[in-house]
Amino acid sequence: MLVLAFDTATPAVTAALHDGERVLAERTTIDARRHGELLVPTVEQVLQEAAVPLREVTAIVAGSGPGPYTGLRVGLMTAQGLAGTLGVPAYGICTLDAVAYGSGLTEPFLAATDARRKEVFWARYSDMRTRVDGPFVDRPADVPVNGLPVVGAAATLYPDVLGDGGGAPPYPYAGALAALAAERLAAGVPLDPPRPIYLRRPDAVVPGAPKRVTA
Amino acid sequence: MADAPLVLGIETSCDETGIGIVRGHTLLANTIASSMDEHARFGGVVPEVASRAHLEAMTPTVDAALTAAGLKFSDIDAIAVTAGPGLAGALLVGVAAAKSYALGLGVPLYGVNHLAAHVAVDQLEHGPLPKPCVALLVSGGHSSLLLVPDVAEDVISLGSTVDDAAGEAFDKVARVLGLPFPGGPHIDRAARDGSGAAIAFPRGKIDDGTLDFSFSGLKTAVARWVEAREAAGESIHVPDVAASFQEAVVDVLTRKALQACKKYDVHDLLIGGGVAANSRLRALAQERCDAAGVRLRVPRPGLCTDNGAMVAALGSDLVAAGVRPSTLQIPADSSLPITTVHV
Ligand SMILES: [Zn+2]
Repeated sequence: MLVLAFDTATPAVTAALHDGERVLAERTTIDARRHGELLVPTVEQVLQEAAVPLREVTAIVAGSGPGPYTGLRVGLMTAQGLAGTLGVPAYGICTLDAVAYGSGLTEPFLAATDARRKEVFWARYSDMRTRVDGPFVDRPADVPVNGLPVVGAAATLYPDVLGDGGGAPPYPYAGALAALAAERLAAGVPLDPPRPIYLRRPDAVVPGAPKRVTA
Repeated sequence: MADAPLVLGIETSCDETGIGIVRGHTLLANTIASSMDEHARFGGVVPEVASRAHLEAMTPTVDAALTAAGLKFSDIDAIAVTAGPGLAGALLVGVAAAKSYALGLGVPLYGVNHLAAHVAVDQLEHGPLPKPCVALLVSGGHSSLLLVPDVAEDVISLGSTVDDAAGEAFDKVARVLGLPFPGGPHIDRAARDGSGAAIAFPRGKIDDGTLDFSFSGLKTAVARWVEAREAAGESIHVPDVAASFQEAVVDVLTRKALQACKKYDVHDLLIGGGVAANSRLRALAQERCDAAGVRLRVPRPGLCTDNGAMVAALGSDLVAAGVRPSTLQIPADSSLPITTVHV
């Protein structure tokens, strides 16, 4: 098994390669505005560092969000495109699941990332592998923290309401995403297709009558 | 050009997910998925709706294009993609797809200018472009006059709209007249039963010595005219208003296009973009070109509106010209200038 995983649903542009036993290489750049420019070079660097040719990859995994949509689509489109040209399957895994897996926690907790517009994407976990509720998008104050630790960058962004847990790890690092995918694939757990989790409708208003130009 | 490379072109600058496949200037597939139906109720293209639709449509549209051409992905020799101008989020989906195909197949990538692609596409129908030619590109997103010494290397902007695109004016006037979005085809149809000389609407910038356009004043003039009649309780003859508005637009477009040909001593005019499907524009352009001794080239409607074949056609020219491929780090540039034919 050789899993190439990447995530572009947060400011982290991150890619990793996993051989079913361990992460062979991982690269992450934090740049919320250049997912489209950074992703392919990051993938190339990871392959080079692991000294693995792309055609030996057996599965592609992308974080499926939720996350700001422009960046999110770059990862999912890239996963579909690589899978189509290489003739291997592509899967999507909830981005918050990768944050959760990276926390290593064995007790219940929340994972939460920045949804912009003063909202957060969040989900509740019983341990690092098991999502029990979500994902949702809400204002930080409306997230039912109930004393649970919160991991993910939203915790450091809104420390007053989400601060318990310190927010580590802030992002869905691709090493964690790849490891989680490898684990699920090895266990025969069916994975989702690489399609986005948006949670919000597009902003658009149906117009009324045309505005008059004469008073 | 039986041994010319197979180029797959990707277009996502607005609401059409277009995939084209060419070999040289031979068109092998031109497959389009449009999200227009999803935008119609909003009276205009909603960028986020378009971006979502591109991601949904890309993989099936590419598969359909390969099937139509009887090819496998591994047959493709080069990927071309619209790098700009256009809607940023929409462009990004196409550019991400193109990079992943180029990386996965190990073939070169060519990021191209959408406007230059509108010019290059005519070669798929009418053969090599005369060098130079003048191009008039008119759609909901653009109204440009270009001097094209060489579509693969050198495109010069002669003029463009200072406010609304021509197609935008069609959409806005259609709304005033209670016609559906997109307005172009509906105005064209309504105008056939009306007289273009019925109402003397203003011709913006008609004799201002530039090759720029302005359609905002015309749009407002039509709205004023309609509102005044409504206020007076008079009924409005929609075909006359549509025909007179359309006449004002195509009069300015064709007049300036021929001024450009004369000024630069060019004898070939090409018209492209969605508005090139307008029957009155085609007729008046032909009439004026004949009178001026200018040859007119207008691709068939399916090649005028945004499509992937135009991108593939320009990509094919770039390969033939030995242009260096783009890197896999190129950005999508929503305001890519026309002087940048490839990135
Ligand atoms: Zn166009």
